[in-house]
Amino acid sequence: MKSIEAKVVVLGSQAVGKTSVVIRYVGGMFSKAVSPTIGASFFTYKLTLNNYRMKLQVWDTAGQERFRSMAPMYYRKANAAMLVYDITSEDSFYDIKDWVSELKKNVDTPIVMCLVGNKNDLEESREVNVKDAQEYADSIGALFHETSALKNVGVEEAFLQVAQQLVKLYESSPNSGLYSIDLDQSSSSQNPDSSGGSFQLPPDKSSTANAAGSKCAC
Amino acid sequence: MAENREAEHVSTSESEQSDFIEPEIRRKDTEEPFINVDYEALEEYDSQPSGVIHELVRQCSHDDGKNLSSNDEISGGEEARSESEQASSDMEKVSLKPQELPEEELDETQTAEWRERKKHIFILSESGKPVYSRYGNEDKLVTIMGLLQALVSFVHDSNKDNIRCIVAGDHKFVFLVRDHLLLVGVCCSQDSPHQILHQLSYLYNQILSVLTHTTLNKIFKQRRNYDLRRLLSGAEKFLDNLLHMIDTDASFLLGAVRCLPLDSQIRDQIAQSVGQQAKVKDLVFALILANNQLVTLVRMKKYFLHPMDLHLIINLVNSSESFKAAESWIPICLPKFDSSGYLQAHISYLDEGCQTCLLLLSVDRESFFTLSECKNKILERLNKYNGLRAISDSIANSSYGIRQCGISDLRHFLYKSRSTAQFTSPEIEAPYLKPEEQERLFGLYLYLHHRIHMTDRPLKILYHVGQHETLLGWLTQGFELYAVFGPLVTKPVAIAAINKLLRWIKKEEEHLFILSSVTF
Ligand SMILES: Nc1nc2c(ncn2[C@@H]2O[C@H](COP(=O)(O)OP(=O)(O)OP(=O)(O)O)[C@@H](O)[C@H]2O)c(=O)[nH]1
Ligand SMILES: [Mg+2]
Repeated sequence: MKSIEAKVVVLGSQAVGKTSVVIRYVGGMFSKAVSPTIGASFFTYKLTLNNYRMKLQVWDTAGQERFRSMAPMYYRKANAAMLVYDITSEDSFYDIKDWVSELKKNVDTPIVMCLVGNKNDLEESREVNVKDAQEYADSIGALFHETSALKNVGVEEAFLQVAQQLVKLYESSPNSGLYSIDLDQSSSSQNPDSSGGSFQLPPDKSSTANAAGSKCAC
Repeated sequence: MAENREAEHVSTSESEQSDFIEPEIRRKDTEEPFINVDYEALEEYDSQPSGVIHELVRQCSHDDGKNLSSNDEISGGEEARSESEQASSDMEKVSLKPQELPEEELDETQTAEWRERKKHIFILSESGKPVYSRYGNEDKLVTIMGLLQALVSFVHDSNKDNIRCIVAGDHKFVFLVRDHLLLVGVCCSQDSPHQILHQLSYLYNQILSVLTHTTLNKIFKQRRNYDLRRLLSGAEKFLDNLLHMIDTDASFLLGAVRCLPLDSQIRDQIAQSVGQQAKVKDLVFALILANNQLVTLVRMKKYFLHPMDLHLIINLVNSSESFKAAESWIPICLPKFDSSGYLQAHISYLDEGCQTCLLLLSVDRESFFTLSECKNKILERLNKYNGLRAISDSIANSSYGIRQCGISDLRHFLYKSRSTAQFTSPEIEAPYLKPEEQERLFGLYLYLHHRIHMTDRPLKILYHVGQHETLLGWLTQGFELYAVFGPLVTKPVAIAAINKLLRWIKKEEEHLFILSSVTF
C-alpha cells in the first residue's frame, strides 16, 4: 500500500458554506453556529482509496474581501481546488470564474478542480441551475457536484471523486507535486499517460467502492 | 456619583506638577519588563512605519509586494465627486430639519433608542465617507458623518488647528484625526475626553491591525473616496467587541494586562515548555491566553509586546469563534510593533473545551507546518507536566474574592504594576452584582482614573467621599491603585487599609503576576 499526501484548497465567496462543507466532511456534522473564517483554517483527513492511503490537507480559506490577497499562499501549492458557490446566489457563481482564471494564470502544476454548488437544500431560492453549472464545469475541465452541508448531500461524493482524481494524477504524472509518503517511488509512473492533463479528466463514478474515511481531529 | 461628593482631600504631587503634559508618566527603563511599557503620547503615535517586520523577513516571499495590487484592484465604485461637491451636499443634508423628511426617510438618528445611547462612535474617511458606526447603519448616518467631517475640516482649514473636543450639555464630542481616518466619540458616559481619546486610538489601531498602515495609505492614495467598509467587511465585530470590552474591562483603562493566577512554579514550567518547543527561526512572540487573561508570553529577545497590541490580540481571540474549529493561520498587524506589515499568526486551542488558546506569531508566511509541529510539542509538554490542568483549574476556580485580602470595608480594587503593565483585581461581588451596579462601579474607576491623571492637575493621592462609597486613588512610581470602600471610611482608615492591601499583594505577587520574562 502506498501513501499520498495531497493539498486541497477550498475557495469561494463569503458565506457560500466552505467551512460547513469541510466540517461536514471532516467532522461529520453541521453546525449552525459556524462563524466566518478568519485567514484560513487547516484540516486533515485520512482515507484509504483503492491501493492508497491518502492524507488530505485541506485549507479552508476565508471569503471576506480583505483576505483575498492571501489566497495565492494556499492555491500555489495545491493539488486540488474545491470551488464552492451557493446555488441561491448567482453572484457567488460568477465569482468562481474569477477564481478559475486566477488559478489558470498562477498555477502551473496540474491541479484537480471541483466545482461545488452548495446549499442545494434551498431549492425554492435557487438562482443557479444545474445545467449551467455542469456546462461550465465541463468547459473548464472540472468535476461538478451539488451539495448540502446541512442535509449531508453530495459532500462525501465530491471529496471522494477529488481523491480519485488525485490518485490518477499521481499515477499519471510524476511531477504533479503530489507528495508520496512511502519511499516506494519506483512504481509511481506505471501508467505513462504523460499528458498530465488532469484538467481534462472526465468524471468517473465507477470505483467509489472501497473508500473508507477515517477522521483526524486536529 | 461625582456630583454627590461631600468631601474630598487631594494631595498633589509636590514638585513637578507643571511638567506633566501627558497623564501617563514616562517610566525610566530600570529593569526590563516582559512587555514594553513605553507609554507614548497619543499624538506622537503616527510615526513612520518602523519596519520591524520587513527587517525580519530575510527572504521575501514572491507575492509580498502584491498584497492588494494586481489581482486586487481597488475599485471603489460610483463616486467621482470632487471633495467640495461632497462637502457641500453633505451640508445641505445637514440643514434639513427632521420634520421636513417624509416618514419613511426618517433616519435612525431620529429614534429615541439611538439618541439615548451613552457612547456613540463614528469612524469616517478623510473625505467624510462612513466607515463605521457603533450603532445604526452607516448608510443612514451620512448626514452626521458629513457634519463631523465638516467640523474637522473647518477648524483645520481656517485655523490650521485640530478640533479636539466639544462639550455640549451632557455630551462630549471627542475627535481623533489620524492618517486617512477620522474617529469621533459622542458620549454622555462617565468617560473623560482624554479617556475617550485613548479609546479612539484603540479603535484606530484595531483597524490597522486588520489592514496595516501601508494598505490604508495605498488605498487612500489611489482613491480618496474609497469605501473602506468593503475591506473591513467582517471586521466590524472586532470593533464592536473591542468597544464592549473597553466599557467593561479595566485592562483598557489601565493599559495593563490581567494574568491568569497560577502557581509560580507551574507558570515557569509552562513558559519553559513554550520557550523550548517553539525555538523556531522567525518566531517573534508565543503566548497562551485563557479567558482573556495572559498565561505566558515568550518573545524574541529584541522585541517587546506592547500592552495595546496584546489587547488587540485578546480582542481578536475573544471575538472569533472560528479558531475553535481548527488550527488557523491568519495575518495580523500589531501597530505598536510594526504598523506597516503583517505578522502571521498560528492560532489553536489546546483543550477540548476551547479555553486555552496558543498563539505563535511569526514573520515567516510559510511557516505554518513548522509552527503546527511546535504546537503539538508544546501540547505534549503541557500535558506531561499538568500545565493544562493547572490552567483549567485556575479558570474554573475564579481568581479571588475581596475577603481573601482580609481588609474590612474594602469592597473592590484595581492594582496596576506599572513596570510590567499588569494588573490585578478581585472578583466582583455584592453589592456590585447587578449589571447596572457593575456599570456604576466601572464609572467610579473611570472617575478616579480621570482625576488622578488629569492633564492640568495630576494627583498622587485622591481621597473622595461619595454618596455610596469612599474612593481612594494612589499613583506612585511603581504602581497605580484604585480602591473602593464602603461609605463612612475615614482617610486614615483608608490609608491604613491600603497599606495592608499592598502587603497582601506583595505576598501574592508571584501568583498574580508574571515576574520573569522568557525569551527564545
Ligand atoms: N441551508 C444551508 N445553509 C448552509 C449550508 N452550508 C452552509 N450554510 C450556512 O451558510 C452560512 C455560511 O456558512 P460558512 O460555512 O461559514 O460559509 P463560508 O463559505 O465558510 O464563509 P467564509 O468563511 O466567511 O468565507 C452559515 O450560516 C451556514 O449555516 C447548506 O448546505 N445549506
Ligand atoms: Mg469559512
